Amino acid sequence: MTLLQADNLNLSFGGLQVLHDISFSVDDGEIFAIIGPNGAGKTSILNCLGGFYLQDHGTIRLDGQDISSLSPDRRAAMGMARTFQNIALFRGMTVLDNIKLGAHSYLQTGLLAAAFYWGSAHREEMRLRAEIEDKIIDFLEIEHIRKQPVSALAYGLQKRVELARALAMRPRVLLMDEPVAGMNAEETEDMARFILDIQEEWGITIIIIEHDIHMVMDISNRVMVVNFGQEITTGTPESVQSHPEVIKAYLGTKQAVAAGNS
Amino acid sequence: MRIGDFKETYAADEAVFRSTTSRFWLGVLFVLLLIFPFIASDYLLYMANLTGIAIVAAIGLNILTGAAGQISLGHAGFVGIGAYTSAVLTNHLGLPFLICLPLAGLMSAFFGILVGAPSMRMKGLYLCITTLAAQVIFEFIFVHWESVTGGIRGLNVPPPSIFGLKIDGEFGFYWLVLPVIILTATAARNLFRTRVGRAFIAIRDRDISAELMGINLFRYKLYAFASSSFIAGMAGCLWVSHLKTITPEHFPLHESIRYLAMIIVGGLGNILGSIFGAIFMTLIPEVLQTALKFFEQFKPEAMAYLYPLQTVVFGLLIVVFLVFEPHGLAEIWCRIKNYFRLWPFKH
Ligand SMILES: Nc1ncnc2c1ncn2[C@@H]1O[C@H](COP(=O)(O)OP(=O)(O)OP(=O)(O)O)[C@@H](O)[C@H]1O
Ligand SMILES: [Mg+2]
Repeated sequence: MTLLQADNLNLSFGGLQVLHDISFSVDDGEIFAIIGPNGAGKTSILNCLGGFYLQDHGTIRLDGQDISSLSPDRRAAMGMARTFQNIALFRGMTVLDNIKLGAHSYLQTGLLAAAFYWGSAHREEMRLRAEIEDKIIDFLEIEHIRKQPVSALAYGLQKRVELARALAMRPRVLLMDEPVAGMNAEETEDMARFILDIQEEWGITIIIIEHDIHMVMDISNRVMVVNFGQEITTGTPESVQSHPEVIKAYLGTKQAVAAGNS
Repeated sequence: MRIGDFKETYAADEAVFRSTTSRFWLGVLFVLLLIFPFIASDYLLYMANLTGIAIVAAIGLNILTGAAGQISLGHAGFVGIGAYTSAVLTNHLGLPFLICLPLAGLMSAFFGILVGAPSMRMKGLYLCITTLAAQVIFEFIFVHWESVTGGIRGLNVPPPSIFGLKIDGEFGFYWLVLPVIILTATAARNLFRTRVGRAFIAIRDRDISAELMGINLFRYKLYAFASSSFIAGMAGCLWVSHLKTITPEHFPLHESIRYLAMIIVGGLGNILGSIFGAIFMTLIPEVLQTALKFFEQFKPEAMAYLYPLQTVVFGLLIVVFLVFEPHGLAEIWCRIKNYFRLWPFKH
């Protein structure tokens, strides 16, 4: 069953056409990867999905509903969560507060209730804390850092906290932009395991951008290859790997891919 | 059983004053605050009351500027609106203090929302200029809407009454300010431990990803403007109840800047910071003045130089503080506390 569908996304900045007629659909529960050389437009696709960029034309449907012109916060409330290529945590806050922020859209407390910390506000905070502790902090193994300010954490841990925050949004679709860029082999393996668990145990659909080709081929159900803002091919990891244009595109930018991009 | 236990530990973990020691010292402070008016001179009480009003106003500004990151140059204007509202309500309708207080807050909050509305389209310095414009317009209204504000001559109000009791003099007023401080500090603190306060800080730190996190930027900026100016309005009500007179000169631009200085010196986004900053900015000039008076006895002829020097010293003190502790007095306090917590074992 199709959960997310993008049709003919076109995006340009000034005279620069960044996306040309990008179309794809993502099934409920699958891991869908987007790969391509630097500057191909991968992040721009996620930005359109999340509502951070508004496409020139084209439609985006979530569960059959047209969300093309909804604001980012509305899309978040509908179950779209996001991690970023350049970590976008709230640096002034602790790990715990960052994760709690993810839960923002489904919490109820309003301004007045918050100021008085009345019964319901208090109960909601306690329930949230328990849920985050039991489900997320435990799952991602970050108990030891929960009270630390995020700015003090190592890079790999920050990426994990970002994932935690995205999970706290109770997403249906998780958009991950280069989750293992800049990580060592062990951290990469941990992250790959988390992503698979999120798909299998939590039933969350994942769209992932990644330069680490081995990881992409290992974990994804389907892969879309883009270059110069155009879709080159979409299919299973095996079929994509043997596509001549992919070989060409990847050989052409082998250096860039090997160097990784952060 | 297990789950019940967990809930209790999380609740304890989320409490504002976690350790018994901090609760003990809070109790001590509270008792001292209760004893203070009985032993303090009228002058000291007057200073304490002034400081108290500044604390309330600074807490308000710290919500908007410190937590939500929206710099405001119009805070004194909002305090003024509260003050005028309260004066008019007292004079024309004879409303008691306890009614005037929230109404003054609501009136300021209303204008706060108006001033915050452009934040849908602008941010940063542009929004800051909007607040500057608001400050100028408010001042203009205070001066020129004579039928209501009394123009440059201003208004006089009778002493505040509470449950039919007239509160006259510094001693009585102390008992009005203290509860309002405790109330606002608690409310602000509560705000910061729920989703509303977290959203404010998220907007300050990274407004773009805050929006991707599901935070409606416009709504939360308006919340910040509304709650901040509500508190400013209450501070205004306290102000006019204290001085019993009010003119436009009480709420000029440099008063707005003084409030900004309070929260910067004290610590941005920090309740304790608002309190320390307000105390610092109110008491230090007074201390310098007293020191000068003391010197004057010995060398009256040097006063011509020393009087202007007072302002310079005050400015220098602020700069020195910020150079050595950019996070403000609250951070210094934190370090002292940590030092004593580990005290016998580590230095
Ligand atoms: N906000 C913007 N304004 C102008 N140009 C932009 C903007 N965002 C992206 N671009 C341009 O769009 C093109 C695609 O960028 P995008 O970030 O989507 O690439 P990417 O595939 O994510 O690359 P990388 O692998 O380096 O992250 C680039 O040429 C980039 O310069
Ligand atoms: Mg990118």
